[in-house]
Amino acid sequence: MIEIALVLVLPLIGAVLLALKGNRPWAAELNASMSLLTLLAAAALTARIISQGPITAWHELFFVDALNVFLVALTAFVAFTTALFSRVYMRVEQDRGKLSAARLRLYHSMYQLFTLTMLLALLTNNVGILWVAMEGATLATVLLVSLYRTAAGIEAAWKYFILCGVGIAQALFGTILLYLAAEKVLGAGGTALLWTHLNAVQSQLEPNVLSIAFVFVLVGYGTKVGFVPLHNWLPDAHAEGPTPISAVLSGLLLNVALYAVVRNKVLVDGALGSHLAGHLMMGFGLLSVVVAALFLSRQKDVKRLFAYSSIEHMGIISFAFGVGGPVASFAGLLHMSAHSLTKSAIFFAVGHAAQKTGTQLIDQIRGLIHTSPAVGWGLMLGSVAILGMPPFGLFASEFLILTTAVQQHPWATPPLLGALAVAFAAIFSKVQAMVFGETTAQRLPHPPALVPVFLHLLIVLLLGLYIPPYLADWYRTAARLIG
Amino acid sequence: MSFPLSHQVINLMACLLLLIAFAMLAQRRILRLIYLFALQGLVLSINTAVVALATHQPHLYFSAGLTLALKVVALPWLLHRLIDRLNIRWDVETLLNIPTTMLVGIALVIIAFNLAVPISQLAGTITRSSLGIAMASVLLSFLMMITRRKAVPQVIGFLAMENGLFFAATSATYGMPMVVELGIALDVLVGSFIFGIFFFQIRETFDSLDIHHLEKLKEKA
Repeated sequence: MIEIALVLVLPLIGAVLLALKGNRPWAAELNASMSLLTLLAAAALTARIISQGPITAWHELFFVDALNVFLVALTAFVAFTTALFSRVYMRVEQDRGKLSAARLRLYHSMYQLFTLTMLLALLTNNVGILWVAMEGATLATVLLVSLYRTAAGIEAAWKYFILCGVGIAQALFGTILLYLAAEKVLGAGGTALLWTHLNAVQSQLEPNVLSIAFVFVLVGYGTKVGFVPLHNWLPDAHAEGPTPISAVLSGLLLNVALYAVVRNKVLVDGALGSHLAGHLMMGFGLLSVVVAALFLSRQKDVKRLFAYSSIEHMGIISFAFGVGGPVASFAGLLHMSAHSLTKSAIFFAVGHAAQKTGTQLIDQIRGLIHTSPAVGWGLMLGSVAILGMPPFGLFASEFLILTTAVQQHPWATPPLLGALAVAFAAIFSKVQAMVFGETTAQRLPHPPALVPVFLHLLIVLLLGLYIPPYLADWYRTAARLIG
Repeated sequence: MSFPLSHQVINLMACLLLLIAFAMLAQRRILRLIYLFALQGLVLSINTAVVALATHQPHLYFSAGLTLALKVVALPWLLHRLIDRLNIRWDVETLLNIPTTMLVGIALVIIAFNLAVPISQLAGTITRSSLGIAMASVLLSFLMMITRRKAVPQVIGFLAMENGLFFAATSATYGMPMVVELGIALDVLVGSFIFGIFFFQIRETFDSLDIHHLEKLKEKA
């Protein structure tokens, strides 16, 4: 129990401290240490869940099982490594006069608050609180997207705010309908919105209301996942915000939003006894993969390029969860973790590359390998990993997803394979030109933060080569919960 | 015989809400729009209080009070102060002309009523007949957000949509559990502050609150 409290209280303390002292020179170190402490608490919580099984705490307010503890661990880990990257990255930005100390205070405080809202969304047992936390995550990041106060940044933030706000309002309506159906069975009051109680009575819930509710929830949280055609905010927010925020948006927030969809899907599939929710997820997933892949080759901004790649990968994961069954859900979870780690590593490398060349335009970033081999190789290896090349972890998960698709839904295989091929051609050619060739890069005033990049890539490589048995067991347990 | 009376009051309030939603859609002046928003909050709050009285649901009194404090007093005051500080005098511009918008609105109401039929059959609340109106006001606020050009009316549309959702929750289920309702209220409040900060940022950068300036980021064909 104490672990849950720590996981949630530490980022809150961090947010308050940084709101007070975030303009000091050591604020970045404080940010990283609070994230480290949160990571340690999350590790302790994970260890307890693995040894003891699912738990509920504080009058069933919180509920932890293999599925959400896996995401808690991933979130705390990437939040910590991103804080390490952000320490160097934001210092360079400050030295170049792009940000004042007051803005950095906002940035650091909101960074911790954002971590808190994501962890709360994952840990809560209450469907309503999940909604509140997801909305909180939007509110915490919206001012970070416009942190540079450029015209494009403000536009991106406004779009993000309005689109996600309207989207999440749909999710609230879905949640109200879910409560309406649940109240009939569980009675009015607090328990009718708790996952643990809902899952116990799922077969008694009114199927018609639940299917309408799921459509609203899917569209609502799907806006945050970045499903096509609700994805318009995503590339802009990724391109215009500071790079550490792009890394956590892509690597973490999209996962948490997808988690909300998946939990609802489990419930609705149980109530309907059909596969409607899964089919809807497959449809949205497939559409996102294909459309995002087609948009990739047009991109001129490197952060937009990888934002579209995130939409594509979220589509693949959603397709896998939609297919369901032990293999596809296992692959979906593996893909989720490998994508988070790889994509944030890529954003770290891209962030430093953009700082070295002073631009985010792909045409003007050239020859990274000459001035800084490490950043260049980080970007190259990260791109190879994200494209699903062996021996990286994404190869294993994409392979599993494709083989399941061939067996169960053969019609879906050609569009999936085609989209992956298009994505490969688009990303590889662009990244190759950025890494090799005549150089335009300059040295940075601070040594770039490369430990997080290679740490993430190393884990993804290990996931591709050898998944330790305890980890595989863990994924299998979580996959069983998804069904 | 308090039950039929309260029933009638609830239906009256629901009708007023629909009327206000259309009035907002037709309103060209920004200050009037804020008053209409406050009025919508007031009707919502009275409706919640009457439902609480009729059904003896003590937590609904609390939500009625919360609505009164947040949506009748705090948010309109905030918006009012904001347009004073930003010195906004212009009228609201719309993308579609008002009569067309109204016709689209009527179509939306019909859709909402049809969609609400299966749901309200399941709901056992005395307010279930107003579920269609709740859905209609959500859709009408959504329409208002789409058809307005300036940032402030868009935000009012957003807040009105939240009002519609709150009304839907009261009609279908006598309101969500307390902790959820508090959380939603907190999110709305924080969201409104951020909207306020945004108005200043947009004004500072573009010298105008016309969101047409915010259409530069597009996919180039």
